[in-house]
Amino acid sequence: MEKLSFVGKSLPRKDAEIKATGKALYSADLDFPGMLHAAAVRNPRPRIKISGISDAAAKKISGYRALVTYKDLRGPNKWPLVDTDYPFLPEGEARFEGETVALVVADSHRAARAAAQAAAIKYKELPFETDPLKSLEKGAVKLYGQDNVFAKFFIRKGDAKKALAGAAYTVEGEFTTNYQVHAYLETQGAIAVPQPDGGLVVYTTTQCPFYVLDAVAAACGLPYNKVKIIQTVTGGGFGGKEDVPALVASHAALCALKTGRPVRLIYDRTEDFRSMSKRHPSWSRVTYGADKNGRITSCVVKYVLDAGAYSTLSPIVLWRGTVHAAGPYRIENVLIETYAAATNKVPAGAFRGFGQPQISFAQESLIDELAAKAGKDPVDFRLHNLLGPGDATATGQVLTSSCGLRELVEAVRGKSGWDKWAETGFRRVEGNKARGLGVSAAYYGVGLGARGRCLDRAGALVNIYKDASVTVNVGNTEMGQGALTVLAQIAAETLNAPYESVRVEEVDSTKVPDSGPTVASRTTLMSGNAIIEAAKPIRDNLFRTALDLLKEKGADIAGMMQAADGVFSIADHRVTFGEVVKECWSRRLKMCEEGWYAAPRTTYDMKDGQGDAYVTYSWSADVAEVEVDLETGVLKVMKLWGAFDVGKIINPRLADGQAQGGMLQGMSWAVYENLVYKNGIMANPNFTGYVIATTADKPEYDITFIEKDYEDGPYKAKGMGEVPLIGVAAAVANAVKAASGVRVNSVPLLPEKIWQGMEERKISGGKK
Amino acid sequence: MDRSLLDCVVNGGRVSRGIAASRTMLEFLREDLGLKGTKEGCGEGECGACLILLDGRAVNSCLMLAAQAHGREIVTIEGIKGRDGGLHPIQKTFMEEGAVQCGFCIPGIIVAAEALLRRKPAATLEDIKLELTGNLCRCTGYEKILGAVELSRDELKKKGKR
Repeated sequence: MEKLSFVGKSLPRKDAEIKATGKALYSADLDFPGMLHAAAVRNPRPRIKISGISDAAAKKISGYRALVTYKDLRGPNKWPLVDTDYPFLPEGEARFEGETVALVVADSHRAARAAAQAAAIKYKELPFETDPLKSLEKGAVKLYGQDNVFAKFFIRKGDAKKALAGAAYTVEGEFTTNYQVHAYLETQGAIAVPQPDGGLVVYTTTQCPFYVLDAVAAACGLPYNKVKIIQTVTGGGFGGKEDVPALVASHAALCALKTGRPVRLIYDRTEDFRSMSKRHPSWSRVTYGADKNGRITSCVVKYVLDAGAYSTLSPIVLWRGTVHAAGPYRIENVLIETYAAATNKVPAGAFRGFGQPQISFAQESLIDELAAKAGKDPVDFRLHNLLGPGDATATGQVLTSSCGLRELVEAVRGKSGWDKWAETGFRRVEGNKARGLGVSAAYYGVGLGARGRCLDRAGALVNIYKDASVTVNVGNTEMGQGALTVLAQIAAETLNAPYESVRVEEVDSTKVPDSGPTVASRTTLMSGNAIIEAAKPIRDNLFRTALDLLKEKGADIAGMMQAADGVFSIADHRVTFGEVVKECWSRRLKMCEEGWYAAPRTTYDMKDGQGDAYVTYSWSADVAEVEVDLETGVLKVMKLWGAFDVGKIINPRLADGQAQGGMLQGMSWAVYENLVYKNGIMANPNFTGYVIATTADKPEYDITFIEKDYEDGPYKAKGMGEVPLIGVAAAVANAVKAASGVRVNSVPLLPEKIWQGMEERKISGGKK
Repeated sequence: MDRSLLDCVVNGGRVSRGIAASRTMLEFLREDLGLKGTKEGCGEGECGACLILLDGRAVNSCLMLAAQAHGREIVTIEGIKGRDGGLHPIQKTFMEEGAVQCGFCIPGIIVAAEALLRRKPAATLEDIKLELTGNLCRCTGYEKILGAVELSRDELKKKGKR
């Protein structure tokens, strides 16, 4: 492989200084002359019939300006997403506690909040349903269509039921997982600024500026070319700023149009909890069968996601979960059926892993049980069945390359001292504390795949100024993961421009075409390739001109020109990037180009779930070491070993940060996070009652990257963001089983569940 | 509404204002003084994004009334600087060690680290972990943050008195 100057190095983060000094401007930090403040009036009950909204009491509040309801919409009351069942603002019916029913606008943030409290919704309560399984039963309260099903998918490969009947070993289990709240530290918010021509500029914290554009244009009845979306510095997303910022921004936009003034709408943490998207709670039943040699022959899955009141992203979250539900194994016979069920709770949506962590927890827990039945070591059993190059996935997709799963499992086996632990049954007891070791394996289809193929393209604009500074515009966002840095490295590498001279900007929807969402671990791949496409013609100009300059300097151009670290050279003769750019400009060569990258075709057929689902996959293996208090069930995760194949690593330090952050999010979900609904009302909507991992809970991390080249990726990279989270919960659950003997089938693995399991084992003499 | 005179020192400069009794310190800093580096993450004192130094101690500015600062000294992230007026050693190590991702929690964490290292220049890793339990970060997994604070401690020790 060619020697790389900028890619593959831990170059400094572009945005670190403004963030470390407090200068970075997030949405809530922006002020505009004459700016007003909006606040949401929210549905207090799970499901209501609205007969009116009165702002009579709000009018008494000093600084109160206006009430904004669905009547202020200038387009159809349908938020354009996958489906259009979610209205911008409800007319007759509100369907979950915390749903925005109307907005109030006032001179100050405090006055707006007081007015929102004072505004009165006149309503009648309607029957509601909060249980997704009951929602799917005949006779359930009707919430969506005829059957309350937002989406359903099937995968049928071979004859899974027949294979199960003939299996030597079978295991079956039911699993549930609870919500996960994104808990990005910056809450949702947007500012809409009216323009002289009747258009709008919207500033917002978002992963998906083009979803915001779709929504604001629709709500305000404006053509796209009169709406400009500018992404502000974004304080975390994790999927939680995929769809919903479009709704928040549309509300701010309606307020701005009604008042003719800039309007800022910033959520407080409690309303962010109550109304913004979440990781779906899930229920699943998984069955595996294996032959007498320990080869998995069959997998049957039924998987239900609790989608909440509106469909939002549930269809695509469910599809990703469906495709990966059998786990990363060679299995001839697979039957998977999946459902996204409507309930009167907050709409669930995208969250790092996108429908996969829930089912990974279930199927990887059961793989351990199957290994135990077959009398095999869990790692050996997995190695015997794992997908590798040349194998076919559950959808029949044959893996051609870039699949390092086997090596990943071997890596965590070696580094964790797995074989030594095996001698004591993966359990070590000291006093009333038991330690246990558990393993899991996972894979992740990179990009949007077949279900989102029409959105899987990205643009880029590369512009070299006369002073040789470089600006790159892209359509995917920085939200903390390091996109501005990684994409600058890719641009610098392609142009042979010094890294310091390259600046990648936050998204402005007028600079690049719709590049799809910043999700699905697709930004490095999609925007990276678009940058390379844009940079290629400029690179040709630069390289030709550099060669001319070197010739003028007396270099023997029969020799090979080197381009590295921002310098072009032949033998001892050299010219800098700056000199070459200056010469290009004096020759009137084009130093600005657009690039476009569309993902290769996928062949997946929705009817039987067979075909190529994704263009490529990232892979992971995890081992967890836990400690369980045998008297109380209190669980602590001591150490996590993670091994990942995400293709070429563009920036090792950032990749490490993504891995550690993802693993802790996975662990926190598995062990601590417990959002509670009581009769359709969220009971703990802030960090006081909803616990996420802190420094005190952080385990030790041991991270390994095994880079399997993906030929179609930028410098052979795949996708990094999500795969570190997916397998953690199952590895922890398997370690808990080893330590305590208890198989906990529900996330979070709260101490009381482990304790109860241990008590039941005592009563049954260890048989349960 | 009850108003009172607030006379205090913010980032080394004297501030004298009439303020509403109900104004929180966070509102005062962000809205009245335009110091936007201090963030609201939860409004309940759980996340630490709004930490400031009050007479050298880290406090959640969302839980404090501005009036309580009368006659006292406040330092926000904007006032955390190196001796030369440039970057503080803690800021430098955070940048170099990859401790910054989305950055929203970082001003509060740097304030917390500064408070700890002023009080306890030889703080151990356990001390640092304990001090930062009041600062939520959802991006980093904390590893690089803890490492950066340890390195800052060593750096500050090397330089002797700050």
